[in-house]
Amino acid sequence: MTASILTVDDSASIRLTTRVALSNAGYKVTEAVDGLDGISKLKGGQYDLIVTDLNMPGMDGLTMIRELRKLPAHMGVPVIFLTTESDAGIKQEAKAAGATGWLTKPFDPESLVKIVRKVLGK
Amino acid sequence: MSFPDPIAVFRTEAAELLEQIEAGLLDLNHDLADKEQVDAVFRGLHTLKGSGAMFGFEALAAFTHHCETAFDQVRKGIVPATHDLVTAVLNATDHMRALIETPDGDHGAMSETLLGRLRTAVAAAGLPEAPAPAAAAPATAQDAPVAASGLTTYRIHFSLPVNAMANGTNPVGLLNELRDLGACTIRADRSRVPALDDLVATDLHVCWDIELATEAPRSAIEDVFIFVMDEMELSVEPVGAPEDARAAPAAAAPQAPAREEAIMPAPVASAPPVAATAAPRAAPAPLPEARQAKSAENVRVPAERLDELMDRVGELVIAQSRLSQLANASADLQLRAVSEDVERLSGELRDTMMVLRMVPVAQLFSRFRRLVHDLAIETGKKIELITEGETTEVDKSVVERLADPLVHLVRNSCDHGLETPEERLAQGKPAAGRIFLSARQQAGEVIITIKDDGRGISRDHVRAKAESSGLIAPNAALSDQELLQLIFQPGFSTAQQVTNLSGRGVGMDVVKRTIDALRGTINVVSHTGEGSEISLAIPLTLAIIDGLLVRVGSGRYVIPLSAVEECLELSIEEDMRSRGRSFISLRDSLVPFIRLRDLFMTGTKPDPFQKVVVISTGAERVGLVVDQIIGDHQTVIKGMSKLHHDVATFSGATILGDGGVALILDVGHLVTAGQQQEAQLRAAG
Amino acid sequence: MSEAIRKIPEDLWSGREELEVLTFDIAGEMFALEAVKVQEILDLLPETTVPGAKRFVGSVINFRGKVIPLADIRLAFGMEATKTTIDSRIIVIELEIEEEPTLVGIRTDKVNEVTTLMKAAGEPPPSVGMRWRPDFIDCLVRRDGEFIIIPNLHTIFSAQHERSHQLTQA
Repeated sequence: MTASILTVDDSASIRLTTRVALSNAGYKVTEAVDGLDGISKLKGGQYDLIVTDLNMPGMDGLTMIRELRKLPAHMGVPVIFLTTESDAGIKQEAKAAGATGWLTKPFDPESLVKIVRKVLGK
Repeated sequence: MSFPDPIAVFRTEAAELLEQIEAGLLDLNHDLADKEQVDAVFRGLHTLKGSGAMFGFEALAAFTHHCETAFDQVRKGIVPATHDLVTAVLNATDHMRALIETPDGDHGAMSETLLGRLRTAVAAAGLPEAPAPAAAAPATAQDAPVAASGLTTYRIHFSLPVNAMANGTNPVGLLNELRDLGACTIRADRSRVPALDDLVATDLHVCWDIELATEAPRSAIEDVFIFVMDEMELSVEPVGAPEDARAAPAAAAPQAPAREEAIMPAPVASAPPVAATAAPRAAPAPLPEARQAKSAENVRVPAERLDELMDRVGELVIAQSRLSQLANASADLQLRAVSEDVERLSGELRDTMMVLRMVPVAQLFSRFRRLVHDLAIETGKKIELITEGETTEVDKSVVERLADPLVHLVRNSCDHGLETPEERLAQGKPAAGRIFLSARQQAGEVIITIKDDGRGISRDHVRAKAESSGLIAPNAALSDQELLQLIFQPGFSTAQQVTNLSGRGVGMDVVKRTIDALRGTINVVSHTGEGSEISLAIPLTLAIIDGLLVRVGSGRYVIPLSAVEECLELSIEEDMRSRGRSFISLRDSLVPFIRLRDLFMTGTKPDPFQKVVVISTGAERVGLVVDQIIGDHQTVIKGMSKLHHDVATFSGATILGDGGVALILDVGHLVTAGQQQEAQLRAAG
Repeated sequence: MSEAIRKIPEDLWSGREELEVLTFDIAGEMFALEAVKVQEILDLLPETTVPGAKRFVGSVINFRGKVIPLADIRLAFGMEATKTTIDSRIIVIELEIEEEPTLVGIRTDKVNEVTTLMKAAGEPPPSVGMRWRPDFIDCLVRRDGEFIIIPNLHTIFSAQHERSHQLTQA
C-alpha cells in the first residue's frame, strides 16, 4: 500500500517541492499550512509519516508534535523536521518531543526521499 | 503527474510574504511594542529566507538573513524595536523585491548600503542587553567545565554508517553545524576507503577528526548528532586547557561550502548560538482562537485555469438553457425533471465558480499603507490612512485592474487634496490629514471610495483650467457633476504647481479609461474646505453579468441590468409627438433618447408597442427605444475580436440559449452618444 | 500596426516544393488556403449582424461557444455579396490580428477538396488584367488549365482593419 505522508509548512513553494519529491517517489502526499492545520489533517486521516517545518505562524512544529503525541491514534507517527534551524538546542527539544529525523533547509529533495525511505523502512 | 513551476510558486509566495512583512512593519511603526507584529515580521523574513535559499535566490537569502537576524534580536528582547530599525527593514523589502525580480542583477552595492543603514539602526537602538547564557543554560554534570575565557577545545571523532548517505544523512551539514559552534579544524580520515574497484559511490567510508574550540557545552556537540546518534560512532573529549582558538586556522574542510558571517554589530554577532537556547525562548503557546481563520487550507491555482473553467461553465450554462427550452416545449415530464435538475446544478456551479474567482480587496488595500507612508515623507504632510471593508470580495481580474487607478487617486488625494499641517491647523483642522479608503458591496457592484478631509476641489480652478485648455467654452453652462467630471478629461490637471507626485496631467484620464473598461462609473463629491470623495462603482465580475435581453428589428441585444433604471412603454401618440425631438419627458425631467432601430439601421418597421429602457451612468441618463423586451438574461460575456474593436456601441457579445449570438450594449458609450446628440440638437434648435 | 501584420506572412512555400491546401470557390473563382491553417469547415450558421461594423466583417457567429467574426472577402474586393446556396460553407481559420491569434470565419460558395499544389506550377499575380487586387494575392497556381488563387489573408485583413481605423479617426 502507498505510504501516506503529511507535509506541514507555511511556505507554499517548500510544500510544493516536498510534494513533488515525495509524489515522484511514489508516496501519497497531503499538505498542511501550519501546526493547527496539521493536527486537524491528522485527526481526519491516517498518516505514516509527517514532514514538518519548525517555525510557522499559528502553531509551530514542536508544539504540533507535542500535541500529536497526545492523540492515541497518532502518537507513534514518525516525524521528520525540515527547517532552516540547525541550532543544537532546538534539535534536542525536537528529539525530546519525539522527532525521528532532521533535514536542514535548503535541502536536496533527493536527501528528503532517502530519509523518508529510511524512516518508513523501505 | 504535472506540477506547477516551483520558482513561479515561490515568486507568488514571496510577493505575498513581502506584503505581509510590510503590513507588519507599518503596524509596528504605529505601536513599537506590538509583540505580535514583531513575531509576524520575523516569521515572514524567516520563511522568505528559507524558501529563497531553496530555490536558488542566494542573494535574496543572504540579504534577508541579516534583516531576519535583526528581527530575531528584537523578538528576543535583545534590541528594542525603533522607528529607524523598522524603516530600515521597510526600505530593505523593496530591495528584496528587486533581488527576486532580477536575481542575477548587480545588487551588491545597494545591498551594502541598505545593510549599512540596518546596522546603524540596530546599533542606535541602544546597547543590546548581554544575553546571560550561564544563568539559563541547562547545565548538566557532563558539561565540560567552562573556563574564564569561555572556550573549551574538544577533540571529536565520528564515523557514520556506510549507508548513511543513502539514507539521506549529509555529513557536510553536520560539519557545518559543528562549525557554527566555534572554530574548527576538520580532518577527513580516508583510511577506511576501499580500493576504487570495490568502491560503491553512494557508500560512506570517510570518518572525521575535528578540533573544536567552543563556548558551548559538550551536550551541544552531541546534539548536533542527535538524529544519527544511534547508528554512529562518536567520541567527544575535551583537550588541554581552554584557549582562544579563534586564531586557529579554520580552512581545513575542503568540501564545506563557504558560510557567510553575520554582519550584525559586534555584541550581537558574538552571541554564541547557545545563547539562543539559553535566552528565554518565546513560549510556543499558540493563540488558537486568533489563528483559526488563517489555518484554512489554500490551494494555488494559476489564473488561466480558472479562466478555462469559467469558459467551460459558461458553455454549460448555454447548453443548459438550450436543454430547458427543449424540455419546456416537450410533454415528457421526466425530461422536464432532469432539465430542472441540470438547471439548478449549473446555476450552483456558476455561483461557486464566481466565488472561486473572488478575492478580498484587502490585497489591494494593503499596498496603500506603504504608499501613504512614503507619500507623507515625500510631501512633508501628516497623513493617516483609514481603511474599511477590506474583506469585501471582487473578481480577481477586477482587483488587478483597479490597482493602478487607485494608486493614482490616492496619490492625487495626498498630493492635491490634503493641505500642509500648517494650513490645516490655521483652518482649525487636525494637523494630520486623513485618507479614507473603503470598499463595500452593493447590488452586483463593489463601491470603492477614496475620501479625504482636505481642501476640496476648487470649481473655479477646474473651470479656469478647462477653459484655458479648450475643454469647455468660456462660461459654458455645466452642472456641478459635469464640472467635476472634467478632471477626468485627458490633459487636465488642477495642480497649480507640477509636483513629481501627480501633477503631470496624465493619470486622471487613465483612471477614467480603466474604470470605463471595467464597465464601472465614477462619481465625484467635493465640498470646498471639507474634502473630496471619489466613488468607483465596479461590477463584481467581468465574466458574467445580469442583462436585459431586448429585440431591435430582428436582432437581439443585451443591456447590462445594473445600468437599467426603468422600462416604459412608448405609446404611438408619444412616439409621434417625439418625432424630430430627441428627448422624452420622464415625470418631471427630460431624458434624451436614442432609437436603436435608427442607430442600427435595421430597416424594419417599429413594433406597435415600443419600449423605452432608461439607462444611466451615475447622474447621466438616456432612454433606448427598443421593439421588445424579452426578459432578464444571465450573460456570460464573450469578448469581440479586434476586427470589431472599432464598433464602440458594443462592449462584448454573449451566446443565447438557442445558440444565437446577442451583442451587449456599451452603456457608457450610448449615454455619451445620447447626451451629445441632445447637445447637437439643442445647438441646432 | 499593419506593418507588423504584413511582415508575418513569410514566404508561402518556405522552401517547400508542395503545399497541401483546401480549395474552395468564391464568385466563380477557385481559391486555396494552406490546409494546416484551416481549423474547421462549417455549414452555414445563424449570423448576428453587428450594426456599425464594416460589411466585410459585418456579422459574428457562434463557433463552439466562441463569438467569432465572419468575413466575406468578396466585399474586400469591392464585389457584391452573392446569395448563399445549399453548397455555401464557412471556413474557420486562425489569423494574427494585432499580434493576437484570432479565429475568423470566411464565407465561401463551395468547399471543394484538400489537394496538393506544386510550387513549380505557381506564378506571381499579374499586375494588370485581374479583377482582384494583386497585393491581395500571394500567388496563382496553374492546375488542369485553371488558375487557383492563393489569397494573402494578412494583407486583406490588415487593409480592411486599417481602413476601419481611418474611419474611426475621421
